[in-house]
Amino acid sequence: MKYLHLILVNLKRKKIRTALTAGSFLAALFLFGLLMTIKTALGSGVDVAGANRIVVRNRVSLIMPLPIAYQEQIRQIPHVEEATFATWFGGYYQEMKNFFPNYAIDPETYRRVYPEYRFPEADWKAFVADRQGCIISPPLVDRFKFKVGDRVPLEGTIWAGTWEFNVRAVYDVERREMMTSELWFQYPYLEERRPFFKGTVGWYVVKVDDPASAVTVAQKIDDRFANSPYETKTETEKAFAASFANQIGNIRLLILSIGSVVFFTLLLVTGNSMAIAVRERTGELAVMKTVGFTDISILSLVMAESLLIAAVGGGAGLVLAKLFTLAGDPTGGMLAYFYLRGEDFALGLVLALAAGAVAGFVPAMGAMRLKIVNALRRV
Amino acid sequence: MVRVDGKGNGSLVEIRDLDKKYYRGGEEIDVLRGLNLDVAKGEFVAFMGPSGSGKTTLLNLIGGLDSPSSGSVRIAGEEISALKSRKLAAWRARHIGFIFQMYNLIPVLTAYQNVQLPLLLTKLSKAERRKHVEGALELVGLSDRMHHYPRQLSGGQEQRAAIARAIVADPTILLCDEPTGDLDRASGDEILNIISRLSKEFEKTVFLVTHDPVAAKRASTILHLDKGTLLERTSDGPFVSQGEDAAR
Repeated sequence: MKYLHLILVNLKRKKIRTALTAGSFLAALFLFGLLMTIKTALGSGVDVAGANRIVVRNRVSLIMPLPIAYQEQIRQIPHVEEATFATWFGGYYQEMKNFFPNYAIDPETYRRVYPEYRFPEADWKAFVADRQGCIISPPLVDRFKFKVGDRVPLEGTIWAGTWEFNVRAVYDVERREMMTSELWFQYPYLEERRPFFKGTVGWYVVKVDDPASAVTVAQKIDDRFANSPYETKTETEKAFAASFANQIGNIRLLILSIGSVVFFTLLLVTGNSMAIAVRERTGELAVMKTVGFTDISILSLVMAESLLIAAVGGGAGLVLAKLFTLAGDPTGGMLAYFYLRGEDFALGLVLALAAGAVAGFVPAMGAMRLKIVNALRRV
Repeated sequence: MVRVDGKGNGSLVEIRDLDKKYYRGGEEIDVLRGLNLDVAKGEFVAFMGPSGSGKTTLLNLIGGLDSPSSGSVRIAGEEISALKSRKLAAWRARHIGFIFQMYNLIPVLTAYQNVQLPLLLTKLSKAERRKHVEGALELVGLSDRMHHYPRQLSGGQEQRAAIARAIVADPTILLCDEPTGDLDRASGDEILNIISRLSKEFEKTVFLVTHDPVAAKRASTILHLDKGTLLERTSDGPFVSQGEDAAR
């Protein structure tokens, strides 16, 4: 602590330079915070996927259907506790820009496979009893002010026309990252009105009795439907959710690319600032060595300056990102789980400190290796 | 006792066969050649000589800021030219106080904070450090300016702060490299008075590099450096080389 004052006065001697360097950390870490938030939002389904659930889809493509008759056959396979299904509907509310995921489900089996979704029992019963009933997620309540009892019309994109639904329940979840913008409605309503793809579903979700048996069950399902007109591809729910998220591109690669460029730029900016700061103080560093400061203590002091800039600038950027995300989803529902997680905040801080350490290392080594006699000659 | 013949024994400073070479543009430059020096505790030695004669180099070698090409520098029985960087830094902090021509105070620290700098390396408490710093500043007559920054001090005051920094850790040896070179006569005299007092009252062993014969006269011994060897002037007589001194 007795050296803190030394570090602070050195940082304060060129206030604008220090502020700009810290500002570059702030901007970079703010961007990092937002990118991680978007990544989390887009991959939230992946993170919450159940280990004891596997997803069965058409081997050709996710958009190709599977026969509804497969449900009973899948149920017969050992270790399968339950099999439910869903069909992508692809409707939008009023305008295309108001799109949110909506799909038809088999209510009773869906609830058994996904017990983590909670509803007031009366609302659930009202949903089951109403063929045009639907369940919505809390983000839709925030976005469109929907409430139980409302009648919501959706324009179909696969099956044309206006489809009307009655909001019967709003689900609740334990973990915030499970929250997404979506609407579920009853499969019979879809089956009744659609002119084609009758008797088919989009995909099955199979709950197994033990996560360890998931691989075996997946293989048995695919074997069971091999050489049929509707061959299947069974994968873990995590892999299924990831392939769903990756439909809009390789988010991880995109974020990694942007993040790498930003951090590389940060290293150059900070490294340059620290190098100038050390060069300006060559004589002072020599005097400090003369009075007894060791090479290591000089290295530590310069490193501490760099780390302090990184911590303050980076920390402020992350706090700003956190505040920004607390204001909620800026897309109006596309990124329902718009939340900077604690682990991402900590990762950002670690990356900022790492950047500060790397950027400060070369100038600090220069200061450490400074020959007193040569440096004093330059004063 | 000051000797340049290499025959002294048990002195505070014992320099034997000291060579220092520099290489500039592929050319070897002999700065010090086979130099011997013995200086007892409490002596005040002035080094004089033309520019480039090796005065500052010798001072740097005594202070452990530079290493010899050959020969040895032994201070209080310790061979400092053999010490590693870390031990040498600790040794310097304990035994040596430096006073430079350009003061070399850190501009963003007050006089008090500049003087405190060497004590940050010790295990002294904050209160103990304060006591030492205030004592040093009082000794150089700068108590009333301790919270001023160097830019708020005159040249003489800056040099007094630099002296306080040099003595705050109570070193055995004071190395003064042209401490009055950047000051007017009056301020220079004040600085020399302080240095003389440190030698006489506090028994500091002082080495003073200077071009100024008036300043040099404050010393008990004046040594002249020429072509890398030391000549000693006894009282007001001629300078005598190491060889001649040995022959006598």
